[in-house]
Amino acid sequence: MSTNVHNSNPEIAAVDLKDISRTFHSRTVLSNISLSIPRGELFGLLGPSGSGKTTLIKIMTGIDRSDAGSVHMLGVPMPQLSMLQSFGYMAQSDALYNELTGKQNLSFFGAMFGLKGALLKERIQMATDLVDLSQHLHRGVSTYSGGMKRRLSLAIALLHEPKLLILDEPTIGIDPVLRKSIWMELTALSKQGVTIIVTTHAMDEAMKCDRLGLIRDGKLIAVNTPQAIIESAGCSTLEDAFIALGQKGGAEQ
Amino acid sequence: MRIRALAIRIIRQFLRDKRTLALLFLAPLLILSLMKLVFAGQSVSPAIGIIDIPPSLASKFEGTNATITDYKTNESAYSALEEGKLDAILQFTGDTPELLLEGSDPSINKAVLLFLQSSLQTGNSGIALSIHYLHGGPDMAPFDSFGPVLIGFFSFFFVFILAGVSFLRERTSGTLERLLTTPIRRSEVVLGYLTGFGIFTLLQATLIAWFSVDVLGLYMVGNIGSILLINLLLSLTALTLGTLLSSFASSEFQIIQFIPIVIVPQAFFSGLFNLDAMNPWLQKLSYIMPLKYGADAMKGIMIRGEGWNDYQLDVYVLVGFSLVFAILNVLALKKHRSM
Repeated sequence: MSTNVHNSNPEIAAVDLKDISRTFHSRTVLSNISLSIPRGELFGLLGPSGSGKTTLIKIMTGIDRSDAGSVHMLGVPMPQLSMLQSFGYMAQSDALYNELTGKQNLSFFGAMFGLKGALLKERIQMATDLVDLSQHLHRGVSTYSGGMKRRLSLAIALLHEPKLLILDEPTIGIDPVLRKSIWMELTALSKQGVTIIVTTHAMDEAMKCDRLGLIRDGKLIAVNTPQAIIESAGCSTLEDAFIALGQKGGAEQ
Repeated sequence: MRIRALAIRIIRQFLRDKRTLALLFLAPLLILSLMKLVFAGQSVSPAIGIIDIPPSLASKFEGTNATITDYKTNESAYSALEEGKLDAILQFTGDTPELLLEGSDPSINKAVLLFLQSSLQTGNSGIALSIHYLHGGPDMAPFDSFGPVLIGFFSFFFVFILAGVSFLRERTSGTLERLLTTPIRRSEVVLGYLTGFGIFTLLQATLIAWFSVDVLGLYMVGNIGSILLINLLLSLTALTLGTLLSSFASSEFQIIQFIPIVIVPQAFFSGLFNLDAMNPWLQKLSYIMPLKYGADAMKGIMIRGEGWNDYQLDVYVLVGFSLVFAILNVLALKKHRSM
């Protein structure tokens, strides 16, 4: 299967959403969302639980369809099955096969992306070194701690060197030291041209993003750099700005 | 106080789960109805072919519940027996009445013998009936007759539950969602499941067949390869049906709920019980039950030593069922991924 169906022109945005709306059983989850994310950006998606972050991510990847609007990823109209080869997706739940060892999990998902032989071995080594899990690969996942499962899950998302990495709350349950090293790695990846979309509730992590998008009740109420968002809300911290903008967004309805 | 709160919580949970509620009340009614239909229907009437029977004797059969057909030639009577249209043939060699039983079902053998004894006894005592069997023999126990059906039934039952629960696990643990974020096609997911389980299914089919024949000493005159083929196809049907139905269950418990709906009715219609006593219109329900085809073929192979020509129709039907369920499975996965 071709892995390079998308346009590799760096001028074309990694994510290009126009007027996206989504309703489930007459309940509007997303309304009129337009968003463009250039390649290599580390983009943070912030919003309270149930605001529509996960639905937005699913529509980006083509797992779900929008009812209105258009989605282009790396220049390709979505949904498109072959595009999944270019994405790395780590959901909120760890979604691992507990009966298998860490390595078996990695090999399985590697195979799904067409990795095999020496390349698969090399990629497993790289991804697990990154999340500091190389020593525990031959243990059953059922014996892993919560943080280890999260790290394995992250390693799986990195395995096939995706051009776009989507991480739904990646650092929950991971200790501060490892959290820091993971964020350093994410920053490094985005410098190499990998586009990264991260959802988070941790404000210190949000500050590390190039730009932030604030979602509330299915509407994108602000998109800007962390600094600009703080200034526009007239607050001193991102946390206060997030709350202030959220209330403003709610009042406008 | 706590007990009351707990009881109320359970009642509320039940009321929320309409399916469990329906199972609790409707499933027993369904099964009881089936049992009544099977056991309390019309009485079994044997179908007997006669060749060259003295008129004095033939007249004794008039007005009885048996279906008596007079055949002119031996050949036509034998072929009717082979096709299962007759349960037995009665003819005279010299002075001795000779009875040839079809033999596959001990309960029918018994019914024929009982019928002949009661109708021949009156006025014509002392005639020794010489009895022969087309299949099986006088030693064949009821278990030999429904054993082949049980082999098929258990393969079907356990594969169905196993496939249903494991596909459900894949969904509830989030791994299906993750799997569907990889470029795998929906058809590949279904085929992967079929292959993975198919291997275990083949092992299971082999084990069950070997155990029944060599350990339990089940009556078996057919080809063991044919048995394995039928058992494998039957398990494949169970596999595809199990994974399909697991899309409509949200917990392991709800998979279990499919047992009285999907499995038990099939047991009734598969040949474990003689359906001759059931309303002919209701008997037609068996045509939509995969287990019926598997069981028919198994029984034919093990007891009557049938070959490919005899059971090929069952093979086609089982393959058809599996294909339809697998395609529906691929479509059902669309619920989880738009492409």
